[in-house]
Amino acid sequence: MSVLEIRDLHVSVGEGDDAKEILRGVDLTVRSGETHAIMGPNGSGKSTLAYSIAGHPKYTITGGTVTLDGEDVLEMSVDERARAGLFLAMQYPVEVPGVSVSNFLRTAATAIKGEAPKLRTWVKDVKSEMELLEMNPAFAERNVNEGFSGGEKKRHEILQMRLLKPGIAILDETDSGLDVDALRIVSEGVNRSREEGQVGVLLITHYTRILRYIKPDFVHVFVNGKVVEEGGPELAEKLENEGYAAYVKGSQEVASA
Amino acid sequence: MTDQNTTGLTTESAVLAGELFGEGVGTQAGPPTTPADSTAVAPGAHSHGGTPTGSPAERFTSTDPDAFGVPTGREETWRFTPMKRIKPLLDGAASDARVTWTTDLPEGVELTRVDAGDPLVKGLPEPVDRLAALTRQNSDGADVVRVAKEAQLDRPVTLGLAGTGGDSAGEMPVVWGQLVVEVGAFAKATVVLDHSGLAKYSGGVTVLVGDGAQVTLVSVQEWAPGAVHGGQYDAVVGRDATFKQVVVTLGGDLVRLVSNVQYAGPGGSAELFGVYFSDETQHQEHRLWVDHAVPNCTSNVLYKGALQGEGARTVWIGDVRIRPAATGTETYELNRNLVLTDGARADSVPNLEIETGEIVGAGHASATGRFDDEQLFYLCSRGIDAETARRLVVRGFFADVVQHIGVDALQDRLMATIDARLGALPALDEQPVEVA
Repeated sequence: MSVLEIRDLHVSVGEGDDAKEILRGVDLTVRSGETHAIMGPNGSGKSTLAYSIAGHPKYTITGGTVTLDGEDVLEMSVDERARAGLFLAMQYPVEVPGVSVSNFLRTAATAIKGEAPKLRTWVKDVKSEMELLEMNPAFAERNVNEGFSGGEKKRHEILQMRLLKPGIAILDETDSGLDVDALRIVSEGVNRSREEGQVGVLLITHYTRILRYIKPDFVHVFVNGKVVEEGGPELAEKLENEGYAAYVKGSQEVASA
Repeated sequence: MTDQNTTGLTTESAVLAGELFGEGVGTQAGPPTTPADSTAVAPGAHSHGGTPTGSPAERFTSTDPDAFGVPTGREETWRFTPMKRIKPLLDGAASDARVTWTTDLPEGVELTRVDAGDPLVKGLPEPVDRLAALTRQNSDGADVVRVAKEAQLDRPVTLGLAGTGGDSAGEMPVVWGQLVVEVGAFAKATVVLDHSGLAKYSGGVTVLVGDGAQVTLVSVQEWAPGAVHGGQYDAVVGRDATFKQVVVTLGGDLVRLVSNVQYAGPGGSAELFGVYFSDETQHQEHRLWVDHAVPNCTSNVLYKGALQGEGARTVWIGDVRIRPAATGTETYELNRNLVLTDGARADSVPNLEIETGEIVGAGHASATGRFDDEQLFYLCSRGIDAETARRLVVRGFFADVVQHIGVDALQDRLMATIDARLGALPALDEQPVEVA
């Protein structure tokens, strides 16, 4: 059972006079077994939230707290956060030339579990997860993300989530750039983890499309660096029909007031 | 991406940083908007931003050393080279000294020697600098590896060239060598030159790739400390032939290799891979010249190097020329340098001259910097500690090139050497990482 608690989180990028506040007081709690969708227009700070939780050095936390099961996440290094049970499926996964997928996965699994996984079961696990994600076995010998198509990169992210079994998984626009088939395959991967019961999912998306495959328990509308409305799945339907215009307009009025 | 040229590291570059350093591997130069109008192109005719590139449009070649004059270190071709340290080669007299040869010749391969008057030697591409001309002269003929036409070798041809550390009198005269690898039409061969030991060695290597042949030349420089190695490598690529060269420079005090490619007929393909790792005080210089003078040929250049320690120094010059007749050319060259510690210096000068607009594509990129923090973040976000992540990235940086050799045992040996060298790196986890 994991609980990720975000309280009044303020985050900026840049330094000195160039510093710009992106997150302006985010409050959010995600528990194991729950799926939260964070929806918002471009530039609202959704990805900043994801990367700040994961610990990307580009972002400066200027206020607030993030805890995982009571432990201070903001005090942890990037790798400590992952070992504590956080996982970020990235929107733009990074190429790592010369490092094979199989070597990368094994190294990561060893780091997360604290010991090298038993070779026979590990190879079997990787193979079966790759099959379920409809990935060619030759993938394992390719260099990490190098020459991968957009869809291949996203499957590879979900493959990692499946194998590393995090307590809390943050999926940053995992649906972007996917065709319908790839979206279904990736969503099914996420749903397998949800059905196994122990993962809390923070699903960041611009569109409602992926929510037809991954049903959220909670929907949060994210505008201008904070959550402006919360509700259940019905809120996603409202956004589908009405878009973000009402929220964006409102925030601008607040900003100019 | 932040590893590009923003570090205060000395990077000599003929092109504007903004054009060179794009996301990932850099920015394509793109097709030229105004093709040059004659072969007499001034230096820098295709130069981003009009900065002179320094490389002449036509290269002077001669078999007569005196035709070049004695270099002072101010010449374009010598300006990066520490003249004091290469002087023993430039001043070297003809000698009987040899390196020890250990050969593995598969069936279908013949090793012979021809004298200087042989038409084969007379017909080789000419030396491009004084040292290469001295080498041609002093080697007095050539060792010839012949691969019969249509031969399919069951294993690589391996020539181990080991320096003996000098003669019984304690002298270490220059060893001069000229090797010709002649591969017949439609043959497929891999030739490995494996340099080791202590020597002052200047060796010319010419690969004649027959029509339709597929040839891989691997040149490994795992010299002992103190060794000095100069060499001109030429490849003449036949019609529809494929030539791949992999240069791996790890050892020695000074290594300066000049690799030239020319195409004897249309449809040829050349891939030039290189990897180098310069430690304290090592000077490693790789100069490339790909001359596209016939239609429908391709060239791809990828050189990657790492530097660590005070006085580590690398130089990479990548010249690609597309002459007016070379329509349908496709070329790309990339040089990346990973600077692991302070006190190291990497020079990188890509230069592309395009004299016809009717090409498929031409581009180059160069980047020198520290670790890529996005790669490290990605690995760390999967629970991998920073130290392990850095080792993975550096190892991968090298493996990316080494895996092109295609000889497993050799690849494993080279990666083990690189691992050992990386292991010697003090406090890798304390290296600075730049943040965007």
